[in-house]
Amino acid sequence: MISKNENSVEISMEKNIKVKKKISKSMLNEWKWGYIMILPTFIGLMALNIIPAIQTLILSFEKAGSFGKSTWVGLDNYKKLFQDPAIIQATYNTFKYTILSVPCIVVLSLIVAVLLNQKIKGTSVYRTIFFLPMVAAPAAIAMIWKWLFNSEYGLINYFLAMIGIAGPNWLSDPNVALISVVIVGVWSAVGYNMVLFLAGLQEIPKDYYEAANIDGATPLRQFFSITIPLVSPTMFFVVVTNFIGSFQVFDTIFMLTDPNNPAFKNTQSLVYLFYRSSFVLNDRGYGSAIVMFLLAIIMVITAIQLKCQKKWVNY
Amino acid sequence: MKKSIKKFISIIAATVAVSTLVVGCSGTSSATRGAKGDVTLTYAIWDKNQEPGMRAMADAFEKKNSGIKIDIQSTDWGAYWTKLEAAASGGSLPDVFWMHATQARKYDTNGVLMDLTDKIKGSSLVSLDKFPKDLVELYENDGKNYAIPKDFDTIGLWYNKKLFDEAGVAYPNENWTWDDLASAAKKLTNPDKGVYGFGAPMDMQQGFDNFIFQNGGKVLSDDKTKSGLDTPATKEALQWYIDLSVKEKVSPNQKMFAENSYTALFESGKTAMGLFGSWMLSEFGANEYVAKNCDVTVLPKGKERATIYNGLGNAVAANTPHKEEAWKFVEFLGSEEANEIQAESGVAIPAYQSTADAWTKTQTKFNSKVYVDMLSYAKIYPHSKETAKWQDAENQALLKAFTGEVSVSDACDEAAKKVNEILATEK
Repeated sequence: MISKNENSVEISMEKNIKVKKKISKSMLNEWKWGYIMILPTFIGLMALNIIPAIQTLILSFEKAGSFGKSTWVGLDNYKKLFQDPAIIQATYNTFKYTILSVPCIVVLSLIVAVLLNQKIKGTSVYRTIFFLPMVAAPAAIAMIWKWLFNSEYGLINYFLAMIGIAGPNWLSDPNVALISVVIVGVWSAVGYNMVLFLAGLQEIPKDYYEAANIDGATPLRQFFSITIPLVSPTMFFVVVTNFIGSFQVFDTIFMLTDPNNPAFKNTQSLVYLFYRSSFVLNDRGYGSAIVMFLLAIIMVITAIQLKCQKKWVNY
Repeated sequence: MKKSIKKFISIIAATVAVSTLVVGCSGTSSATRGAKGDVTLTYAIWDKNQEPGMRAMADAFEKKNSGIKIDIQSTDWGAYWTKLEAAASGGSLPDVFWMHATQARKYDTNGVLMDLTDKIKGSSLVSLDKFPKDLVELYENDGKNYAIPKDFDTIGLWYNKKLFDEAGVAYPNENWTWDDLASAAKKLTNPDKGVYGFGAPMDMQQGFDNFIFQNGGKVLSDDKTKSGLDTPATKEALQWYIDLSVKEKVSPNQKMFAENSYTALFESGKTAMGLFGSWMLSEFGANEYVAKNCDVTVLPKGKERATIYNGLGNAVAANTPHKEEAWKFVEFLGSEEANEIQAESGVAIPAYQSTADAWTKTQTKFNSKVYVDMLSYAKIYPHSKETAKWQDAENQALLKAFTGEVSVSDACDEAAKKVNEILATEK
């Protein structure tokens, strides 16, 4: 491994030297076109991501009045943030959602991907079925789930009643509502992550499995000793993106509950709180402080993940 | 060869990028001149049901004023305010648009709305005396008028005749009191069938605010500096209202309302009675079950009679490039003629005095006349500058009483405290 790395460094050094030697007109021309080619993406990123992010940061130090008139208030929004019980509750809800949903998503999509990577009839049909939640509009999905979850007229409690179980108030019981949201979140994420895992699985050379077979390894042993280590780069990507996605959960919660729901306090995530502060209560400054707080959380957690990847990811 | 392909692709990419930018910019101007030098005014509304009625008024206006065209843009309620606020911040408001009591103060104090005071005074078509006084005051600030009332709505008691017949209960009438409502609700409630006598959701306008006023209570003090929620009369009304679902169980509880909308429960015959605003008429009329089995009457009487009323206004953007034309249109919308057209379209009760009768004539499905009759004792929708904010705080505090977590009295005290804090920032 080490020697390989050194080699690649040498190669890139050589390249650098070569480049320095030959800054010709044609090279400059190529660079120019290179920059022109990335310009559309660059403009898009600047206009849609980077500039708004900076503006949000500035806004978080301001008290926003109506119609874009705002006054500088320094750290007031942040002071309020750390004393607000709603923030503490929402942070707790967000963490709870993430901790419940990410492992489920990773494990389920990996299992589904492994199963669909076998040579069985109709794989593409199954793959399509699992991927369908990704294609359907989130709002439509949430409406269907809302109906399924309905405690009196919903399908889930109807089936539970048939086997003699009194189902809970899935969406309005404060102890259950967040789990219902997690179920919908996992269900809609498995398909997409399955495809990522499938791509990772197909990168694994078949030789390893053949060798393992000859050595008499069971399929389970093959899964843990060959598949998991070799699919770990994909898994790392899936874990990181799902962590970020789960911290930013909003749409399912927005569609499934509303502020008049008795369970609302227990499902409101940080992004939902940001939405309500910024767009319902029109306190843009405070809303911006909330997303900055969320950004900080996500950055810390992603940094930890990047640090820890050396321990379990094989490149 | 290779290079020329590269060049070709990048030129395409650059063209696409630039043209998107250009297109992106061209969508912003709110009023554009038509081909013949006509002025086109945009008129933004939030109720799709009312669009045909608004179109009819606009057509009549266009006929009288050649050279001015009206473009009606309808957006749903939620998106309407997000869009309008963004447009106001960016200086590209529609020329003429609907205004609502919950938002009016915010818009007029920030100079977004055109001051219509002098124009109304000098107008031969519009006279504010012809509109209910409270409605005019909704859009008045510091003695200046910022919008002309368009319509009004009140709240009525809807009941399901089929369920009443089945339970052998007499239909509600204008002599009903709170006790009559509660006892009828008790008789109508049938847990086996999942039928509740009354729907008492956590809703202000179509819910407890009506009963607060009927009990002589207040939602806001008269000078709008204090919440009235901690006063005994208000607490008493809320206690009675919340008991309907929490104690008496003659109404679905808040959990059920969270899963099934208040309207859907009534429309599917799960609640036998409910409070609904006059804006629900077109939806109920289109619903086969409701049109066949249900009707409306006046609200029952508490210590006094009351119903919440509110009304929309037509406002002009302060920075419109077509000030004269926009005013002309709003002036026409506030005239008797336009209100009659609105009345005949049947979509909303026109605010202009005596044109409401024409509206009543269009209503054949239900006893909609009661909505107009109730105007004589109606109380205006509680509002201040930060209405949306304190309504949210009030809801969050009262929710705990609706779920039975805390006593009604404690929830009211907490709500009043939070509302007072918000009202204090309005200065």
